[in-house]
Amino acid sequence: MAELNERPFPPGEYPVVVVGTGPGGLQTSYYLTQLGVKHALISADEQPAGMFQRFPFFQRLVTWSKPHAPVEKTERRNEWYDWNSLLSDDPALRGSVIEFMDGSSYFPSRPEMEKGLLAFAERAKIAARYGCRWESTARAGDDFVLTTSDGEYRCSTLVFAIGMTQAWKPDIDGIDLVPHYVEMKPAKEFAGKHVFIMGKRNSGFELADGLLPWAKQLILGSPRPAKLSIITHSTSGARARYMQPYEDNALGGGHFVLDAAIERIERTADGYRVHTSGTTKPGVMIFEVDEVVAGTGFTTPLGDLPALGVKTFYQNRLPAQTPFFQSATVPGVFFAGSVTQGSIGLKKYGIPSNSAAVHGFRYNARVLAHHIAETRHGVKIERPSVEPGRVVQYLLDEATNAPELWNQQSYLARVLNVDRARGITDEGIVPLQHFVDAGGPDAVAITVETDGTGDIHPALYIRRDGTTEERVLASNPLNDFATSEHHAELTSALKPLID
Amino acid sequence: MSEQIEVIDSLAGMTLFADLTPPQLEAVAHTFDEDFFDEGIRILRKGFAGSGFYVIIEGEAAVNLDGKQIATLSRGDFFGDISALLGELPTADVTATRPLRCAVLSADELDRFLLAYPTVALRMLKALARRMRNQNTWRN
Repeated sequence: MAELNERPFPPGEYPVVVVGTGPGGLQTSYYLTQLGVKHALISADEQPAGMFQRFPFFQRLVTWSKPHAPVEKTERRNEWYDWNSLLSDDPALRGSVIEFMDGSSYFPSRPEMEKGLLAFAERAKIAARYGCRWESTARAGDDFVLTTSDGEYRCSTLVFAIGMTQAWKPDIDGIDLVPHYVEMKPAKEFAGKHVFIMGKRNSGFELADGLLPWAKQLILGSPRPAKLSIITHSTSGARARYMQPYEDNALGGGHFVLDAAIERIERTADGYRVHTSGTTKPGVMIFEVDEVVAGTGFTTPLGDLPALGVKTFYQNRLPAQTPFFQSATVPGVFFAGSVTQGSIGLKKYGIPSNSAAVHGFRYNARVLAHHIAETRHGVKIERPSVEPGRVVQYLLDEATNAPELWNQQSYLARVLNVDRARGITDEGIVPLQHFVDAGGPDAVAITVETDGTGDIHPALYIRRDGTTEERVLASNPLNDFATSEHHAELTSALKPLID
Repeated sequence: MSEQIEVIDSLAGMTLFADLTPPQLEAVAHTFDEDFFDEGIRILRKGFAGSGFYVIIEGEAAVNLDGKQIATLSRGDFFGDISALLGELPTADVTATRPLRCAVLSADELDRFLLAYPTVALRMLKALARRMRNQNTWRN
């Protein structure tokens, strides 16, 4: 294995090429290596950690890593309490972000996150060719040829872990006049100013929260009412730790959170004029402000992939993907990292997966590596047997403790196949959408889900004679799904399958 | 996909949203999510909880009941309305028969949305009435 300071993986032919050394690329490379799949890992950056070398702007993440969790950091269960460290089969490599946290918050700072990722890459000996920029992509028969700043790479399987980190602005007259989140000036330069922030998702609220001590007045505006995580029961809503501007608005404190379509932005002698039109409350509003910032979100730097045939959606910001993170339209092209939110899954109750963040996509990366290894590179994945008498307790333990099921609710499932002749086998963690739609032998899958009322409970999917039925199990005030009542309920549900 | 139609422009051309002002349309476009389903992918699953209300932006889908196709859906059509409004499980599958882009609202949000935009509720009621009339005509 090459050392980090060498330049491994020169241009040439490889079975797999992984592009990107943010957490998604690192996690994918780690598991491909564990599975014995030879691959080249290349990156335009000069070191691992991806976007965490620069962002978040206000230097603290919204994803927790709890230094004093109820379980040891080396235990699998701790992954539910540590959303930021990468996964490893080796307990010694687990919890690398927590190790660098100074105890002042259970949300790591950006430098703490960066250090944790660097430590993981170094300790896991993840070799990568840094300073190697992907420039273009072409087909060559069944293979792909990647042109990079260092030369050409040829492979049959391509994995892009390129992040959804490129500034994106909606098509609004005058928006080019204003900086995006990624172009923010230091907060102190907003001292005493009137500031209009476009956008009411996490990046908009992060800016507003960070500017509270500085700005004279903040106005957050976007057409849709703010969705808050504590209301949507999902990390896709604006997170609670950024809610101070919202509370200020609610109490009439002088900062505003408005539902308004932004029609155009003009430069004035002293700043900007923002023309808006109310949505939930009709009416024209025009704001004279000193600064405008576009907290309008991000897109994926897909380069020439759409020209290669990669179908996109969400205003062309994401590639459409299969449940195993393959381009829906170009077989052999896969995605890892935050871009895997383009594989939307069942999205039950309107709640998306956590694939936009490390705590979700690190599991996608493991599923992806197993899928690539098995289906494209002939690696045999072991499927352990499970004694019939252990099935109920095993599934309930998974529902209570499995970090995959908690971090990727209604998205990833623990699956057991039930074969009259071969017995019961553990198929591992599988995308739920694949399980319910692809068909297959008699089997059972268990997931954890949060419904529209916020109730968290296990959901069971039983496939028998080609038909899959859903059955929701009871919740528990302490999220313990291994009670005697759950045992009886699951035993009864599985009776037709395992008897 | 440079020719891909912006969601807002697409919604503006649909009967369902015909009465909305431009700012309202923009709010609606931001309220709905946009999801893509490749050909052959199930969107609505019979007997599965937690589904949504879907408006087709482009593409086609089939409504299947017990293995039999009972309807086809295309741009401007909507589905998932019955289970979302009644809070019941879907009684049929809906599967993309061509690559499908949909504007999607979770079932829990539909009541609030229709109360906020009563003209959309009225348009939806008329569409449901037509659907019922056609079913009765067919049955007769």
